[in-house]
Amino acid sequence: MSMLKPSPTDRVLTFSEAIREAIAEEMRRDPTVFIMGEDVAEAGTVFKVLVGLVEEFGPQRVIDSPISEAGIAGLGVGAAITGMRPIIDIMFGDFITLTMDQMVNQAAKTHYMSGGKLKVPMVLRTTLGATRRSAAQHSQSLHAWFSHVPGLIVAIPSTPYDAKGLMKSAIRNDNPVAIFEDKMLYQLKGPVPEGEYLIPFGVADIKREGTDITLVATSSMVQVALEAATLLADLGISAEVVDPRTTTPLDKQTLIDSAKKTSRAIVIDEGYEQYGVTAEIASVIADGAFYYLDAPVKRMGAMNVPVPFSPVLEDVTVPMPQGVVDMAKMLCGKN
Amino acid sequence: MTQSTEFDYNAVDREQWLHMYEQMCKIRSFEENANELYFSRKMPGLTHLYIGEEAIAVGVCEALRREDYITSTHRGHGHCVAKGASLDRMFAELLGKEAGYCRGKGGSMHIADQDTGNLGANAIVGGSAGIATGAGMSIKMRGTDQVAICFFGDGALGQGLLYETMNMAQLWKLPVIYVCENNLYNEYTHNRETAAGSLKARAEAFGIHAEEVNGQDVRAVYATMLRLVERSRQGEGPAFLLCQTYRFLGHHVGDVNREYYRSKEEETLWKTERDPLKNLAAWMIEAGLAEATIFGQIEEDVQAEVAAAVEFALNAPFPNVSEVTENVYA
Repeated sequence: MSMLKPSPTDRVLTFSEAIREAIAEEMRRDPTVFIMGEDVAEAGTVFKVLVGLVEEFGPQRVIDSPISEAGIAGLGVGAAITGMRPIIDIMFGDFITLTMDQMVNQAAKTHYMSGGKLKVPMVLRTTLGATRRSAAQHSQSLHAWFSHVPGLIVAIPSTPYDAKGLMKSAIRNDNPVAIFEDKMLYQLKGPVPEGEYLIPFGVADIKREGTDITLVATSSMVQVALEAATLLADLGISAEVVDPRTTTPLDKQTLIDSAKKTSRAIVIDEGYEQYGVTAEIASVIADGAFYYLDAPVKRMGAMNVPVPFSPVLEDVTVPMPQGVVDMAKMLCGKN
Repeated sequence: MTQSTEFDYNAVDREQWLHMYEQMCKIRSFEENANELYFSRKMPGLTHLYIGEEAIAVGVCEALRREDYITSTHRGHGHCVAKGASLDRMFAELLGKEAGYCRGKGGSMHIADQDTGNLGANAIVGGSAGIATGAGMSIKMRGTDQVAICFFGDGALGQGLLYETMNMAQLWKLPVIYVCENNLYNEYTHNRETAAGSLKARAEAFGIHAEEVNGQDVRAVYATMLRLVERSRQGEGPAFLLCQTYRFLGHHVGDVNREYYRSKEEETLWKTERDPLKNLAAWMIEAGLAEATIFGQIEEDVQAEVAAAVEFALNAPFPNVSEVTENVYA
């Protein structure tokens, strides 16, 4: 049932439709699954991802909550421990800061602290990504915060296919799983097979094969890396794009193997560059592929500033294809 | 403290009152031994003793069934015992032993025992309000007639999570009972310095049914809880029970010199006049329900049981070091 690649002949869905289909399928399959959050029912969330679910499953399972992120995360933990499979919807990734005690001190630790007796099968779905002109409190990519905490699983899909498979795995998993969806990807179209499939956690996907340089890219940055790879091909540089798909657990081996093959790597992630996902992955590659590398592993993350509002300012804070091309050319000695 | 007086205490038989006495006695003896384990350096870390507050845990849990849920606090041993945990495995947990309720991974502040509905003690003040309320939501969704009890102290009244979850509990009529153990002190600070306005009115602002009870009187706590539990089981939603109480000892075992934040006279008053064990025994003797000698016998039996539990824990093996990476993920 688990598949690693879609087929080009599959029907086409948007990222948003893939998420909705995953949740709807799991809610049909398992009556203990419910979703709760701000404006999830009739509004179908601000991004309209959940439109139609309340009509099919009713307000008892698609629950509009007060604006109480800590509270709903906490209710999620309690419901999960006692036999339900809640999906907690946090409208913007920036608001996960309000859930921190419940996610970090409660959800992540309950299984361990109870000596393995209690389980917390909950999903927290939220967003990441800048360039929507939403300013500093609605644009951050904070998935590194959860990735730092043992006990949490963090999934960051980059395609409709991955979004559906990872969401279904998240709902079936017995651990707290945070799934970050890039707001800019919701209308991205891609092949999604009709039949059921799951994508296991901790299995990276090579989105494009190449031989000269590895571009490890996550979530929103996968499209950036793929564009860069196309531009690089015109320059005679063959770039491999590797998408880890989950930061925790991290498929270290695929990342290391790719870097060994190409001997160069750039890690691109939209979280802040300081102390971020790029640092962790670069360290994994530098450690695991050290003797195969022809250049230092480079990192490209969001600039270490609060995300500014003005478009001319915001656009320079996140990695863009041309920046990746320039970095790759430098590493490959093609300046 | 008004409504509970309407309860006919004679409706409860002698054996049940004696059982409550025995449960309170177990908690006190457990805590005295935990204190001793700390001072004799046999217990790693610190612990927070429940001595003085026993009537609340016992009065509340006597009104519950085994399958009802509780969430507890850093001062949680009393709740665990009252909900039916076994003392040997509790002591083993306090000592970090493999036989402990959490295989030694939780310690004093994190004892959880799903077999008795104990969803875990919590070392974040007010941190379990979400878990208890979520359990209430789960009960309602699964359509059972369980209830979920959230124990917390007056310190938790400073936490926003409590108000977020009480709001949802009342909106959705969840079977959750918030039991506030007001022992007057947020650690080392009197709550007149930390809590504005009325404590009970906090719940009433949400339209939650709220009552206040003398937390040193197990009869009053039990009688009130019977009513609150019943209305929650009948789908009438959450309740808030404010219990006035006092911790006889420090915030934790190491808090020995307390005169900079509370007087010896105040402590003496509570210990001599408001001891929940003495008060229950005195009432039973007065009411002709028991001879004075029976209480001494119960204490002796309990002390023997507790001593055996301590012995078990001291002799139990530590977990294998390879356990450290087990149970991070389910």
